[in-house]
Order: sequence, then C-alpha cells, then structure tokens
Amino acid sequence: MADLSFVRKEIIPQRAAPLSQTGIIGWFRKNMFSDIPNTILTIIVGYFIISILGNILPWVFSPTWNSVSLTECRGILAELGRSGHGGGGACWGVIRERWLQLLFGFYPSELYWRPILAFVLLGLALAPVLFDKASRKLIYLTAIYPFLCFWLIWGGSIWFPVTVFSGFIVAYLGYVYVNKAFGSLAGVIASIALPVLWWLFITSPLSISLHSIMPIGSEAIESDRLGGFMLAVLIGVTGIALSLPIGILLALGRQSNLPILKAVCVCFIEFIRGVPLITLLFVASTLLNIFLPPGSNFDLILRVMIMVTLFASAYMAEVVRGGLAALPKGQYEAADSLGLDYWKAQRLIIMPQALKISIPGIVSTFIGLFKDTTLVSIIGLLDPLGLSTNIRADMAWNGILWELYGFVGLIFFIFCFSMSRYSMYLERKLATGH
Amino acid sequence: MKKSAFFGTIAAATFAAGFAAAGTLEDVQAAGELKCGVTTGLAGFALADANGVWDGFDVAVCRAVAAAVLGDGNAVKFVPTTGKTRFTALASGEIDLLARNTTWTFSRDVDLKFEFVGVNYYDGQGFMAPKALGVSSAKDLDGATVCIQTGTTTELNLADFFRSNNISYEPVPIETNAEAQAQYLAGACDVFTTDASGLASTRATFENPDDHIVLPEIVSKEPLGPLVRHGDNNWGDIARWTLNALITAEELGVTSANVAEHTANAGNNPEVNRLLGTEGDLGGMLGLDKQWASRAIAVNGNYGEIFEKNIGVNTPIGIARGLNASWTNGGLIYSAPFR
Repeated sequence: MADLSFVRKEIIPQRAAPLSQTGIIGWFRKNMFSDIPNTILTIIVGYFIISILGNILPWVFSPTWNSVSLTECRGILAELGRSGHGGGGACWGVIRERWLQLLFGFYPSELYWRPILAFVLLGLALAPVLFDKASRKLIYLTAIYPFLCFWLIWGGSIWFPVTVFSGFIVAYLGYVYVNKAFGSLAGVIASIALPVLWWLFITSPLSISLHSIMPIGSEAIESDRLGGFMLAVLIGVTGIALSLPIGILLALGRQSNLPILKAVCVCFIEFIRGVPLITLLFVASTLLNIFLPPGSNFDLILRVMIMVTLFASAYMAEVVRGGLAALPKGQYEAADSLGLDYWKAQRLIIMPQALKISIPGIVSTFIGLFKDTTLVSIIGLLDPLGLSTNIRADMAWNGILWELYGFVGLIFFIFCFSMSRYSMYLERKLATGH
Repeated sequence: MKKSAFFGTIAAATFAAGFAAAGTLEDVQAAGELKCGVTTGLAGFALADANGVWDGFDVAVCRAVAAAVLGDGNAVKFVPTTGKTRFTALASGEIDLLARNTTWTFSRDVDLKFEFVGVNYYDGQGFMAPKALGVSSAKDLDGATVCIQTGTTTELNLADFFRSNNISYEPVPIETNAEAQAQYLAGACDVFTTDASGLASTRATFENPDDHIVLPEIVSKEPLGPLVRHGDNNWGDIARWTLNALITAEELGVTSANVAEHTANAGNNPEVNRLLGTEGDLGGMLGLDKQWASRAIAVNGNYGEIFEKNIGVNTPIGIARGLNASWTNGGLIYSAPFR
C-alpha cells in the first residue's frame, strides 16, 4: 500500500479566476448561456436584434447629408447601387436644411441667440430647484426668470414684464402693511386683491407711459413666428412649472375640511380629468375666440399654455393626493402635537414626505405633458410635427416620412430620458428607508 | 368708481366689437396687415420655405388681396389652419380671409354663413393605381382595397361612386395624406383616392412615377375658392374682385412683366385701362385707390402666371390647366367684366 499522504508546506498563491468565469466571456456564460432554454432564447433574440439592426443601420448610415432634394438623394443611392429611398437609405438632406426650423420654427435667424440664451438661463434658473449643490443665490434668477424668458422670446418693451413683475411686489407690500393694520385675514385678501387690480388697471397704462419716457426694449417677435421645439419646450416648461404648485394646492383643497373649497377643487379636478386634452385645445383655439369680443388679441399660444397648465394641474393634484394618502395618520398627528399651524405642518412635515413618495408619478405626468405638446399641431400650431407636414409640402422633400419623425423622436427622447434619469437621481438622494 | 370703470370697459369692448364687425377693410387697414388662413402645408398650394416665407397657389391670393388693400404683398400674417379649425377661425374673426383649398358647397355657404368669393381651382376626386394592377378605368375596380382619408367628403364621394356603379370595395382608413402615400407605396391598398391635384403631387414624389397611373374618372366636383364671413359685403367684394382682376388680367394679357408699363401709360384697350385704373375709378367704388388691381397683379402676376409658377406643368407637381384654363381656351376660369 503506497503512502499517499501529502502535506503541503506552502500556500498556493492566488490565481486569477479562469477565463471562462470572468470578463465578457464569463458574463455571457452566466447571463446568456447558463442552461439550454436560456441559450435558445439568447440565440433567437440575438438573431432578431441583428436582423433588425442589419436593416436599420444601412438605412441610417446613408451619405445623403448634403443633398438638396429627395430626387438627389435617390440619385446618390442609385449610384451606390442601393435599392432606393425606401429601404436603401435615408435622405438626411432634409434635416441639414431644416433642422434649425425644426428647433426654432420661423423665429428670425439673426435673433436665434435670444431663445438660446433663454434656454441656457432656464438651466441656471432650474439649478437651485433641482440640485442642492447649486449656489443659493441663483434662486433670485429663478424668481425673475419667467419674466426674463417672456421678454427674451417675445421681445418688445421691457417695461411690460417689469410692471407685471411689480404686481408681486405690490402683493407683498399689501400683505405686510394691511396685515399690520387690520389683521391676517385682511392681509391675505389684500395680497390677492391688490395685485389683481394692479394687473387689470395699472399695468398696461403704466408700462406704456414708462416706455414713452424711457424706451428700452428689443425687437418684438409675434407669436406666429414661434414653432418647432421652441414651442414644445415653452408650452411644456410653462405647464410643468405651474402645474406642480397648482396641483399641490388642488390636492390640499380636495382634502380640506372647508366644504365649498373642497367642492370647487373636486369639481375642477374631475371635470378636467374627464375631458380629453384635445378637447381643451379646441376650446382654446375656437370657442374662446367666439366668446371674446372680435378684435381682442388674446394670443393663441397663451391660450394653449393656460389650457395645458390646467390639464396638467388636475392630474398633478391626483398624483400628490396619492402621496398624501400614503402618509401614515401618525405624521399628521405628530405635526399637530408639535403645535404647528396648518401651513407649517404642510411645509415641514407633510409635503416633504408626500412629494417624495409621489416623485415617480410627478415625473411621469411631466413627461406625458411634454409629449402631449405635439397635440397642438391639430389646432394648426407649427410644433415639430406640424412643421414636418409643412416641410413635406415642399416638393423637394415631399415623400419623406421617417427621417423627420426619427429626428423629432430623437429630440423628444433626449428631453424625456433626462427627466426620467433626474427623477431616479432625486429618489436615490431622498431615500431614507435604509 | 371701480364699478363704473369696469362697466365702462365692457361698454368700450362691446362698442369696439360692433365697430369691428362693421368694416373688415378698416380693421385690416388699421392693423396694417391681412390675417389670411392657409393650410399647415400642402404641396403647391401653401407652404413655408426654410426661411419661413410662405408661398403657393392659395398664398398668392392672400398676397394679391394684401397688395390691393394695403399696397404691400408681404403685409400678410399667415395663420396655419387645419381642416377642423379653419371655419371657426374665420367665423370668430381670427382671420379676415380663408384661402385654404376649401370646397364651395351649399351648406358651407348657407348654413355656416360664409361667402365664397369665387373659384380659383376646379378640382375633383380621382383615383391612382399601380400600372401592374392592369386597370384602365375606375369602373374596373370591383373588389379593390382603397386608401381613403377618413372624415372627408372624399369618403362619401367614394361610397356614392361605387354604389351607383354596383361594384364593391374595401376601404383602408387613413388619417393623413403622408400616411396614405406610405401605405399605398407599401401595397396596403390597391388604389389611392383623393383630389386630382393631390394625386398629381403625390405621384410626382414617387421613385418611379411611371409605374402608377391616375385613372381618367373624376367622381366629384370640388370647386376650391377663397371665402370670407357673411355680412361684410364690401370686404367680400374686395376679395371677389381681386380674384377676378387676376383672372381678367390673364384674359387681357396683362402680366407681372408689363403691368407697370400698362399702369403708367393708358393703352387702347378700355377694359385694361379700367382694370388698371388709368380710366374710370373702379377702385373708388370698392373704397380703395385706382391702382388696387395693378398692385394685386404685380405681386405674383396674373392667374395664369400664378398657376404655372406653383402647380403648372413645369413644376414638379405638373398639373395641366384642363378645367382651370381661361374660358377663352376652353376652361372654366371666367370673370365678370370690369365695367
């Protein structure tokens, strides 16, 4: 009997894991080919992906960037021996010629810097709201941004946005002084009534007379020159920025103990949610015209913005109400037991938690709202989809479908995907359930 | 005090409303621009180029009216309208004139309270089929699948045509013209039907236009024309006679090239002189100056020039004059005399 005993004297140095377990090969073995059904599925799916890409990629990579018409594209593709415009290759010349129009509509090209500046400032104005690392001083920019943006895009006398903005100062002063003199209810009433009176009766004569004394302004751009993605972003950002606060107020109103307030909020929410957005857009574009006196120039884009905001607010209210309902009753009682009044309790205890719960729903509503802006093409506004119809009316590009839709889809995807990523970042940042 | 100011505002608004309804001409002149409703984009008829400048067969009517009224063919604010918004836009006063290849029908004229000022294009519904299908007449289309835009008069005309000829068809409902083109080319339907002008421009965009034929049958009457609101007859007259001026100019041989010369020096033809204001004062009867028609013609030329430039045989759309030839050439384009 041989002696098989063996005593190792030294520790074998660690070796790298075998090639079949690490790196790409290991990953594939583990995730793609771990057993027979998985292997079969991988092969089938891989075949589909490759055959789809094999059809799409040659179409996408088509050397037609410099062409000036569909006919020329077809010539280029025929020279390459490809099977024509439909399956053989895309005709990207239309994007080269019209991409600025798809972004800015008919905005005068020498003034493109104005919407671009407005867009850049939008980023800065949003920074203190979106990221806690941004400088707090930017919040002042956020406060004046809506008026600045209006002035940058529409132009005209600077005194109009300035006098409208001073309505808020009037509201603040009214609240402070009336509050001191007559008590808090009168203060609240004054803070609402005074700016409304200011806007109705003082704003326009004051801005006109100020403009005649000190004519500061820029070239005015009419609304019918706005279009393309600029229009979609304008409507979308307005709707998003206004629908969240209005939605929160509506949600609180719906949960309120005051019967009339509650009834008003419920009626508003249920009415708006019961009506399709396209109906509201038709109301904006046609019905309002008939009710308003002829000659009253109530801008169509403004009307659409109001309708879109109302629509989004009703949905937002329900999303926020979902968050409120998810909070345990103990949180409300805890706020009460600390002796906080209603607004303090909402601000410090309830809303931070309710809004955090509602983030996915809120962002979904935002994304839906932004994509819904394409519906305005049905009432004749030239948003990206409306413009694509117009571009096709040019005989040089008539017959082009997928290139335009693809471009529009890509830009929408960039906007919506970044919103969705931001919401995930926010959720991670605010996560407290460790 | 506040109350009286409030009621004062309302009264002023009402007064302004009554005043505004009284004279579109005065409103347009006060605003310094003509608000003209056009399509959101239709090949040859209305489109904006890469710089946002509108052009096309319907657009030319807007520019002619603006030139006649305001003296500047560019003093037009083009309002893109869709098939759904066009009539309310006109009725509510958002636009002063609608030139959006709109078919003149009884109910639109009478029931919707509009006034069609004339016909600038005689269209009719036709059919297009691949040559490979081997049909030479729409009556051979028994059992065919037909691509058709829903909710249009074309849909109803199609049903009427097939019923009266005792043949059957299968509709493939389509929402937009672009979609219809794609579906037809993909073979989702045997036949594509829409207005003949639309068929011509669609066929012109195909890779191989010769593989498709437009069948000879025209199954409906679609007289397309500009329209205004009921109730302001003076404004209607201005639009009507501007269109007539373009038509008469072609008949009399007044073109964009020679209109300036004819306007400067009265010639021997009295009707040309009356048209261009070198004799009589027809413009004064409309509330305009004498050279109104001369300016309208100078913008884009006469009716024939506008036709040839936008949709004629030398354009990619390539529509022959046909019914839209001047009556002197056997067409239907005919204007009442300038007298």
